[in-house]
Amino acid sequence: MLSIKNLKVSINNKKIINGFNLEVKAGEVHAIMGPNGTGKSTLAAAIAGKENLEITEGEIIYKGKNLLGMAPEIRSREGIFLGFQYPVEIPGVSITNFLKTAVNEHRKYKGIEPLSASEFLKLMDEKKKIVELQAKLTNRSVNEGFSGGEKKKNEIFQMAMLDPTLAILDETDSGLDIDALKIVANGVNKLRTKNNAFIIITHYQRLLDYIIPDFVHVMYNGRIVKSGGKELSFELEEKGYDWIKKELENSEL
Amino acid sequence: MTEIMLKEKILETFRNNRDFLEKTIFQKNIRDKAIDQFDKLGFPHTKLEEWRFTSLSAVLKNDYSICLENTGGNVDVEKFFHCNVADLDTYTAILLNGWFVYKNAPVTKFPDGTIIGSLLHAMKEFPELVKKHYGKYSDIDNNAFDALNTAFAQDGIFIFVPDNVGVDKPIQIIDILNRQENVLVQLRNLVIVGKNSKLTLVHCDDIFSHNPTLTNSLTEIFVDENAVVDHYKMQNNNNHSALIATTYFHQENNSRVTTNTITLNGGLIRNNLNVAVNGEGCETNLYGIYLADRNQLVDNHTFVDHIKPNSTSKELFKGVIDEQAKAVFSGRILVRKEAQKTNAFQANKNLLLTDEATVNTKPNLQIYADDVKCSHGATVGQLDQDAMFYMRSRGIGEDNAKMLLMYAFADEVVTKISIDALREKICRLVNKRLKGELSICDQCVLHCGSDEQVVFNIDLSK
Repeated sequence: MLSIKNLKVSINNKKIINGFNLEVKAGEVHAIMGPNGTGKSTLAAAIAGKENLEITEGEIIYKGKNLLGMAPEIRSREGIFLGFQYPVEIPGVSITNFLKTAVNEHRKYKGIEPLSASEFLKLMDEKKKIVELQAKLTNRSVNEGFSGGEKKKNEIFQMAMLDPTLAILDETDSGLDIDALKIVANGVNKLRTKNNAFIIITHYQRLLDYIIPDFVHVMYNGRIVKSGGKELSFELEEKGYDWIKKELENSEL
Repeated sequence: MTEIMLKEKILETFRNNRDFLEKTIFQKNIRDKAIDQFDKLGFPHTKLEEWRFTSLSAVLKNDYSICLENTGGNVDVEKFFHCNVADLDTYTAILLNGWFVYKNAPVTKFPDGTIIGSLLHAMKEFPELVKKHYGKYSDIDNNAFDALNTAFAQDGIFIFVPDNVGVDKPIQIIDILNRQENVLVQLRNLVIVGKNSKLTLVHCDDIFSHNPTLTNSLTEIFVDENAVVDHYKMQNNNNHSALIATTYFHQENNSRVTTNTITLNGGLIRNNLNVAVNGEGCETNLYGIYLADRNQLVDNHTFVDHIKPNSTSKELFKGVIDEQAKAVFSGRILVRKEAQKTNAFQANKNLLLTDEATVNTKPNLQIYADDVKCSHGATVGQLDQDAMFYMRSRGIGEDNAKMLLMYAFADEVVTKISIDALREKICRLVNKRLKGELSICDQCVLHCGSDEQVVFNIDLSK
């Protein structure tokens, strides 16, 4: 489904991602872990199509299509979803309007009729349950005045509404208390199928107690330095990242 | 044509028609004094602080005919004009090229004592009422356009609401300008709202004319004790038009005035909005939204004069400026020595969509009292790029994302409109305007758009 080869990305001429490789197949959940500043969020932004990134080398192939040069809205309509680490507040744009526009643009892209107002509200009600969002969303602006937990739940809610094939969740667990974390993880588990895939970017192992990954990758200095099964995340939790840094330094010597 | 020639032409027209003009004013010498002032002041130019960013030189290069003959009277406006704000039930007063249009009588008196009609006729029928307020709030000594208007204006709308009356429906004033030639039009409105009374006024400027036009409109609104006035100014004009729209509010004790200036389209628009807060316990809210593109220029000059203590004024103007358009905002607040315990807040926020769009914004607070709360702020910015990426990452196309953000920006002012039907209509219009689907040349606010010149059959024998 997704194949990233030798990806190199710079921001303002500073190299952030440096020869990144990853293969993701349908039905898989990949966790990408690593210390701060190793390029995890930049990787997520590069897959989603953020524009101020300079992609200097490599390729990202998704369902046989080259993503580089594809507008972020087209990537989304092709089934890519990015759950933001810091969801953006948009005062004055109601969640209903925002999601209705998004859902109907997805439908238009696929050549299907737009949802009527009542069909749309029904879909919203249904998907809200997945993340136990009780709040009345209709009259609220996107993320405005939301608590940290509400913002993250809202990301998963949007994901449920858009039903992506490949979802990248960028530190969705940060700033969540244990109850909210369970709800978010539960939401993701409900949406897992054999046809879609997830890339979970996280700093800590605790989210992976609830979302069991098939693969765990450790990212350092802009590339994957170690890969393994879910047991790797336990090792990281126990020993921290220093042993990997040391291992790396030794091998480079 | 030069500016000096135009001024000469105006002065000469006055001299040649002085006797005729004298017949259409309730008092001698008002016009003489005004034309002398205009002669002295001349047209404003960019060396004056109040006109620094708004040059009239292109507008004043045109040759305008100064029409003095009555084009109002019994014109069947319904033939060519209908207000399509659904569910907006109003009493309508229409001006055609500055002249009052009516079917039966030039002045209508309602059972509760409310009067709506032609100012020209009101001067004859209710001279004492007019005399008490006419020209009392405008400023011919310092403002050339006030002087010019006072010298020439013959007709306009007159509204009188007696004490203790809540007018049951909004009164809608529609200024229509449509001539086959370049014209300079002066129109004059006078609104008097009595003690404890309530009035909602919807004032629409619609300039259909395809020729260059210069409209100089002056409205004086007197708001007596405890009265409440909601005022909406809607502007959707042709790109060849220039409009100087000056409004003076005069507030007495415990009165409340809320104004909304909504500018959707226009060539050059200069709004002068002046409020004299001449009472204690008053509330004044000034809201505005302006959307400009192409080579349009929208200039809002506001002046709130706090004369007495214990009053509050709030001001919020927001603008979206696209292409090579230009916006100007100047917000002057004067808190006089006597006006202790005044609260005055002002904000002007602008969104520039291109590198060529410009805005000049200037707050101007003059505070002579020592126990007041005042604040001001001005911002100029571009669309939030993080919000743009967030929306696009959800599959919303760039144009729609831009539109949603611009709409959200405008929404803060649009939600202040308290007439539901009008707010919904404005919502849709702002939406359409931002999508680029609304342009005066083919579509206008209150009138379904045909590009044909509207021709009027006016019976001049009446």
